Amino acid sequence: MKHEAIATPGPEQARVRSGFWKDSLRDYGLLFSLLVIMGFFYFMTDGISLAPLNVTNLILQNSYVVIMALGMLLIIVGGNIDLSIGSIVGFVGAIAATLMVGFHLPWPDMDVKIPWQIVIPLSLLLGAAIGAAQGYFVAFSKIPSFIVTLGGMLIFRGLTGNMLLGQFVGPFPKSFQDISAGFIPDFTDFASFKPFLGDSSFHWGSMLVGIIGAVVLIYTGVRRWSRSRAQAMETEPFALFIGKNAIFALLILFFSYQLASYKGLPEVLIIMGVLTLIYAFVTTRMTIGRRIYALGGNRLAAQLSGIRTERLTFLTFVNMGLLAGLAGLIVAARLNSATPSAGQSFELDVIAACFIGGASASGGVGKVMGVVIGAFVMGVMNNGMSIYGLGIYWQMVVKGIVLLSAVYIDVYQKNKG
Amino acid sequence: MNAILEMRGISKSFPGVKALRDVNLVVKAGEIHAICGENGAGKSTLMKVLSGVYPYGSYEGEIVYKGEERRFANIASSEHVGIIIIHQELALVPLLSIAENIFLGNEPATFGVIDWGAAFSRTRELLQKVGLKESPNALITNLGVGKQQLVEIAKALAKKVQLLILDEPTASLNESDSEALLNLLLEFKAQGIASILISHKLNELAKVADSITVLRDGTTVETIDCHTEKISEGRIIKSMVGREMSDRYPHREPDIGEVLFEVKDWRVEHPLHAGREVIKGVSLHVKRGEILGIAGLMGSGRTEFAMSVFGRAYGRNVTGKVFMEGREIDVSSIQKAVAGGIAYVTEDRKSLGLILNEDIKNNVTLANLPGIAWRGVIDDHKEATVASQYRGMLNIRSSSIFQKTLNLSGGNQQKVVLSKWLFAHPQVLILDEPTRGIDVGAKYEIYTIINELASTGKGVIVISSEMPELLGVCDRIYVMNEGRFVDEMPANEASQEKIMASIMKQYGAVQ
Repeated sequence: MKHEAIATPGPEQARVRSGFWKDSLRDYGLLFSLLVIMGFFYFMTDGISLAPLNVTNLILQNSYVVIMALGMLLIIVGGNIDLSIGSIVGFVGAIAATLMVGFHLPWPDMDVKIPWQIVIPLSLLLGAAIGAAQGYFVAFSKIPSFIVTLGGMLIFRGLTGNMLLGQFVGPFPKSFQDISAGFIPDFTDFASFKPFLGDSSFHWGSMLVGIIGAVVLIYTGVRRWSRSRAQAMETEPFALFIGKNAIFALLILFFSYQLASYKGLPEVLIIMGVLTLIYAFVTTRMTIGRRIYALGGNRLAAQLSGIRTERLTFLTFVNMGLLAGLAGLIVAARLNSATPSAGQSFELDVIAACFIGGASASGGVGKVMGVVIGAFVMGVMNNGMSIYGLGIYWQMVVKGIVLLSAVYIDVYQKNKG
Repeated sequence: MNAILEMRGISKSFPGVKALRDVNLVVKAGEIHAICGENGAGKSTLMKVLSGVYPYGSYEGEIVYKGEERRFANIASSEHVGIIIIHQELALVPLLSIAENIFLGNEPATFGVIDWGAAFSRTRELLQKVGLKESPNALITNLGVGKQQLVEIAKALAKKVQLLILDEPTASLNESDSEALLNLLLEFKAQGIASILISHKLNELAKVADSITVLRDGTTVETIDCHTEKISEGRIIKSMVGREMSDRYPHREPDIGEVLFEVKDWRVEHPLHAGREVIKGVSLHVKRGEILGIAGLMGSGRTEFAMSVFGRAYGRNVTGKVFMEGREIDVSSIQKAVAGGIAYVTEDRKSLGLILNEDIKNNVTLANLPGIAWRGVIDDHKEATVASQYRGMLNIRSSSIFQKTLNLSGGNQQKVVLSKWLFAHPQVLILDEPTRGIDVGAKYEIYTIINELASTGKGVIVISSEMPELLGVCDRIYVMNEGRFVDEMPANEASQEKIMASIMKQYGAVQ
């Protein structure tokens, strides 16, 4: 019997392969679509869409979508939805702005101004607290998340408007703005490197980070691949595996080259990259991630397996609130002011990114890499259509069609199998 | 008698699997035709081909019904000619009334305006025909499974059924409801309605079937004419599994130790109706190495008792004490119950036991993730090893540990659920209907697993509606009725009659 435990080669193996192809077809299809969309806009905009300045803008404009999509993925995988994040972005931004810029306290009649180093953790806490409040109603009071967060969306947008009364609050200290407008320090910033680099404005340090990133990606990929192969676990065909990683590596190199040609790597890209890695790790390798997928796949079965489903649902909302708070800071820093409409309809882009990225509306399914690519699909389209000069309303139409077709293809593939 | 239905050379493939291979089925007019076979033999697939769930073109072969070749595009087109299928999982809308369900999609209406008067009077007629004494206004959710089954049949009658297909209709019914249902089929037969009956309960088939077609591995093994040949269970089993099953229960030498697990004066109220006691003071003990059975009819409170002990997964205002090895343990949440050494294998493995869209590996480790992780980080290698080990040990037939549990047969799904709980290393396992809806071969394997568990000194509690099963595997049997244990007996002194008598005694109907 023992030998049966190890996957035996032969017809059965072939079946696994074909199943594997079907499963991974979606991942590759998505990546391929992103490349096609990028190519399309490159062509349509005579190359402007992929010019160094614009690539930098693309990252800056998309970072908060990616960051919130990471949290939204966990919410959706857990079988819920969060419509309030756009309003949380606005609300946290408004609070942070008011604290930093200063306000008058009627009692004990004094002006208060709080340094940005304290405002940042406070804002993140505020985001988490809002998430916790909504999570409480969803997880413990069992009110559908759609309703709870629809309420939250209205409440926090309303509070933001009341607080700002139609005004912009800003500007912020330079260090705070750097969250979203800053770039990582480079060799050119240090006088001692000047002789080696000459007058070149190319950011070698940023390029170097990109190269290291690509090498690490390939290295860990190959290691994981050969390890699974050694364990006779299911592996993707080598050509496919190499192809996928090569595309990723080339994308990283290309982006870092373009960024290096402009101002270097934005700080927010580093935040985004680190968070993506953390969430990819949590979802695939940690017990808590596994439990969230189980919860979304079959809540009752998860519960009867000893998983604290309520607490877990609650935590996904706390996490979402925290990330929405972070996004609020990034958006405020980018605009250098808090505005009543900051973050408006962000939830739609974020949710769309998750579904384009392959998350299932019924829960239990979705991957971090898919969602990040999904967010970039949205971002590249937003950006490309704006440069091309497509009207804002037509942009909505196009995005709607892309979302619908992505999910349609998903459902179609699933039904076919 | 001429044939009402002939299915010729039916083949049907799914990606990677050939589910049916050149299957032939002939159903004569006005007969009860039984189909049996192990799980995964292709019974349900064949019926889905017949009823148009798998439309014409997705299979090979031809269907001749009433002398004409039929090419059904969907269920509606097969229903149109009087072929009605009642699935294992009932397809009723719980919050609608009986009448609304019976005429769902088939409403007596003119220009879309429903004639409720006609619907209700017709429903009353149909309910009388199937022998169900309920108001047409009653909501489905308030009916028991047996009555729901009857509503399904009434619904089929409303559609002028000529060939009724029942997929394991008695799987979730108790003995008296099953009996009533089978009598109803005989009545239909007298009226000229043919039925196809899929069932694992061979004694029932022997009682009502005119002919029996046996499927094995997607092919027809044989069709037995019950009038020319006296059939026995052994005969059918042999044909199903392709070998003689001399003993349906594996032999075991019980090695029973001291008391391991004890529940004292357990009381539970209904989760929705406060004050209505569902479990009324149950006490139980199980010893090391002992296999304990809980017998009782559907609705006697067996599952409710087990689930309430397992971390209050059922009910409210739970009172009573639970002891493990003489020490009282806290079972106020599922986590605590698991930590205390209790495992509960649910009777409903699909909706309560498995994450169907995840693979075998993830399901096996779900109840004990810390066992394969270090500080919350899962060790992939260790996890794969554990999953492979259980897959080998319990002989889970699958392409690999990465196969989705959705695509496994019932018996193999059950083995995955068992693996999950074995890996949680409990002291006491409560198995609720561990062999429901799984075939004879897999049942034997499950019994073997149960025996091995007991031999390692664990306590096993088996809840089952199949009395022969309890008599075959248990050492001691409690009889439960209406939320109480009404009797307790060693298995070697027990019999089906004795168990039924203890249940009936409570109703004051001793014979």
